[in-house]
Amino acid sequence: MPAEREPDITEFLREVVQLDPVEYSRDLKNTLELLSRDRVTQALILLSSGTAAIVAGAERTLQAVTDYLIDRNIRAEIIRTGCLGICNLEPVLSVQLPGRSRVSFGNITQEKVTPLLDDVFHNSIPDDSIIGQYRNPKHDAWFDVPFIEDLPFFKNQERIVLRDNGIIDPSSIGEYIARGGYRSFIKAIRKYTYEEICDIVEKSGLRGRSGSGYLTGKKWKAAYHTSADQKYLICNAEESDPGAFMDRTVLEGNPHLVIEGIAIASYGIGATKAFIYIRSEYIEAIKRLENAIKSAQEAGILGHNIFSSGYNLDIVIKKGPGAFVCGEETALINSLEGKRGMPQTKPPYPAIQGLFKKPTVINNVETLSNIPFIINKGYKWFSETGIEGNYGSKIFSISGKAKITGLIEVPMGTTLRSIIFDIAGGMENNKEFKAVQLGGPSGCIIPSGYLDTKVSFEALTEIGAVLGSGGMIVMDEDTCIVDMVKYYMDFMQKQSCGKCIPCREGTRRMSEILENISRKPVDENSHTTLERFKGVMQLESLASVMKDTSLCGLGKTAANPVISSLKHFREEYEEHIFDRYCRANVCTELRTYYINVELCTGCSMCAKKCPADAIFGTPRHPYFIVEDKCTGCGLCFEVCKFSAIFYK
Amino acid sequence: MEKIKQILDQYPGMSRDNLIPILQDIQDNNGYISEDIVNLISRHLGLASSKVYGLATFYNQFRFISPGKYHIQVCNGTSCHMKGCDILLKEIRRLLSIEDGEVSRDGLFSLEVLSCIGACGQSPVMSINGEYYNNVNKKRLIEIINFYKELEKT
Repeated sequence: MPAEREPDITEFLREVVQLDPVEYSRDLKNTLELLSRDRVTQALILLSSGTAAIVAGAERTLQAVTDYLIDRNIRAEIIRTGCLGICNLEPVLSVQLPGRSRVSFGNITQEKVTPLLDDVFHNSIPDDSIIGQYRNPKHDAWFDVPFIEDLPFFKNQERIVLRDNGIIDPSSIGEYIARGGYRSFIKAIRKYTYEEICDIVEKSGLRGRSGSGYLTGKKWKAAYHTSADQKYLICNAEESDPGAFMDRTVLEGNPHLVIEGIAIASYGIGATKAFIYIRSEYIEAIKRLENAIKSAQEAGILGHNIFSSGYNLDIVIKKGPGAFVCGEETALINSLEGKRGMPQTKPPYPAIQGLFKKPTVINNVETLSNIPFIINKGYKWFSETGIEGNYGSKIFSISGKAKITGLIEVPMGTTLRSIIFDIAGGMENNKEFKAVQLGGPSGCIIPSGYLDTKVSFEALTEIGAVLGSGGMIVMDEDTCIVDMVKYYMDFMQKQSCGKCIPCREGTRRMSEILENISRKPVDENSHTTLERFKGVMQLESLASVMKDTSLCGLGKTAANPVISSLKHFREEYEEHIFDRYCRANVCTELRTYYINVELCTGCSMCAKKCPADAIFGTPRHPYFIVEDKCTGCGLCFEVCKFSAIFYK
Repeated sequence: MEKIKQILDQYPGMSRDNLIPILQDIQDNNGYISEDIVNLISRHLGLASSKVYGLATFYNQFRFISPGKYHIQVCNGTSCHMKGCDILLKEIRRLLSIEDGEVSRDGLFSLEVLSCIGACGQSPVMSINGEYYNNVNKKRLIEIINFYKELEKT
C-alpha cells in the first residue's frame, strides 16, 4: 500500500540515528515526518491488537475494516498497534485523516466498523464510541471532541514508559527511530564508558520494578566490577502473577523500547549476550519481539561491532515453560540452564555468579524500559518525578471491579485513592469499595482505611503491604475476602516448587484450612469441625513460620494475603467460622437452601439430584430440606424448574 | 517420529540448556510429549529419561496426553476468578464430564485451566482452539459448547 514509505530504510536509519537533529537535511526531515506520522498522505487506520484486544475480537474488526476499504475502494493504511491502556474499551480503533488529528474510538466490534468509518470519512465524529483525539500542533483538531490528555484517565497519569504505547506501530523500527528511539543507545556507546552508564543509573535512583526495589545501578556495578570472560544480561519477562500484564503490554506495544533498554544495560555491565526470558503464553509479544530484534540487527543496532564502537551484542529470546517461581532470579537461571526452576540460596548473588556461573544481571521489563529515558534526559530529569527515595513512575495493571480496567502509569508517591478513584473512575456499578490487593497472589489485601497510603516501597512496607510487580485487584462488597485468600493460597500451593518444606507443606495446609472454613461441616462430631475452629489460630502461627523459614521469596510472601486479611478482615473469617455466613454471598457451600411450599409442586426432581440425601417428601406434595444434612452444593437450586428453592 | 528426529537434529550438541526449547518445539508440532519422545530426547542429550520427564512435569506448559479435537482453555486469573470462572469450570466439567487436564471419552473436548492470560478487562475469558470468548457467562458457555457439538455432527 504505502509505496513511498517502505523502500529499504535500514541504511537510511543507520545514518539518522547517528546524526544530531540540527544536522538533518530538508529531505531527511521530510521522511522523518512521514515516518513519525506527523504527516500522512492517506488515511491511517490504527487498530489495537494486544492480547486483550484480540480476546475482545480485534481480528474480526480488522477483517471488517479491510473489507470496508476494499468495498468502497478507499486507499488507507492499516496498522496494528499495541494497547492504549484501557482494556475494557478494547478493541480500540483510531483514524488519522491527512491534516487532521488522530481520533480513537472504543469497543469497535466488527458490526460497528461500517457506520463508524462511514461517518469518519464524511468528516463527522460519532459521539457514542468516541474516546478522544490526540493533540498535535501540526494537525487540525476536530471540533467538539475531547482531547485524550484531558480525560480524567490520562490527565492524572505521568506516562513515561507507556508514552508511545498504542500510538506507534510496534512492527516498525522506522517509526520508533523517527520518534527519537535508539538515540540513547548510540549516546551510551559513543559518549560514556561502561562505568559511567552504571553511575548515571545509580544516581538516578531507579529501583527494580519487579518488587524487590533494589537499586538497579548498584546491581549493575556489582556485575561490572566482577571480572569474567563472559557476562550476561537477562530481561525478566516471566510475568506470571495472575492479574499483572504491564510487561506484556509494553512488549506488545513498544518492543523496541525494551530492546534499547536491554542494549544499554548490557553495555553498562559489559555483557555481550542478553536473554529475554518470556512466558510461552505471550505468543503475540514473542512474535513482535522477534520481529523487533530482527529489524534492529538489520539496521546494525545489534550484532557485531555496533556503529564501529567495537561493542558486540546478541539478544536471544527464551520461552519460559510456565512456572510462577521462575520469576525469582535463581530459579529463572536454573530454568535457562535447562533444569527445574527451583530457587537457590543466596549468596552468591547472580550479579557475581549467575547464569553458567558467570556474572548475570536480571532486570524486569519495566525497569529496562526506563533506562533509555534516563540516558537520554539525564539522571536529574528522572529524579524530578516521584518522591524522595522513590523516583520515577510505576505502572499498575488495574483489574477486578474497577470501572476502568487497564494500565496506569503514575509517579511514585501517588496515593492509592487517586489511582483507584481519580484515574480508574471508582467502582463498577457504583458498588462500595472493599479492598485492593496489591502485588499479586503473594501481595497484601489493603482495606479502605489505608487508601491514602502513597505508593512507594517504604510507605507500603510500613502498613505491612508490598508493591510487588504492580498488579492491582480492586474488590467491591460482592467479593468475599476468604474466597479470594483461598484462591491465592490454592494458586501458591500449585506453584510452590516443592524444594523447601515450609512452603510446600505450609501452603497446602493453609489451603485446607481455608477450604474447611468456607464450607459446611459434613457432621458436627468429626475431626473437620475441630479443625474448623482451630482454623484462625493455626493460620496465624503457620503464616509466621512460613515467613521465617522459607527459602525464597515465594514461600516467604505466600502467607501475605492471609496475614493481611486476618489483620483487616478478621470479622469476615469469624462470620465464616462461627456463623457459617458469607456476607458477599460468594461461598456457595455455606448457603442453606429452603423450599418455598407455595411454589413447590412436588415433582421430586431435587430429591433425586441431592447428593447428600437431604431432601425429603412425598411426590405431588411440597418437599423440605433438612438443614443439618444440606451441604449447600446448590444442585437442587439449579434443577428446580419452578423457582421454589431459595437460599439464605 | 521422523519429524521429531528432524527437530532434534536442529539442536546439535549435548548441552542441557537446549532441553526446554526441544520440549517446546516438539509439543508445538506434536501436541503433547509421549513416553517415546522422552526416551528419544534423553538419548539425544545424554541425560537420564527420568531427568527429562522430571523437568517436563515441573513446568505447566507440557502435556502428556494428546489434547482433544477442541481444546478448551479457561483463564483462572484473579479477575476471572472474581467474575465467576469457577461457575464456568463447574459447568464445563458437568457438561462434558471431564476434569482439568482430561480429554472427553469421544476425544472431542479437552480442558485446561490457565493461570492468567492477561486479558483482565474482558474477564471471564476462555478459548477453544485459539478462538477467544470474552465476558462469558453460563448461558453463553452452553451456547458455545453446543455450537462445537453441532459442528461435529454436521
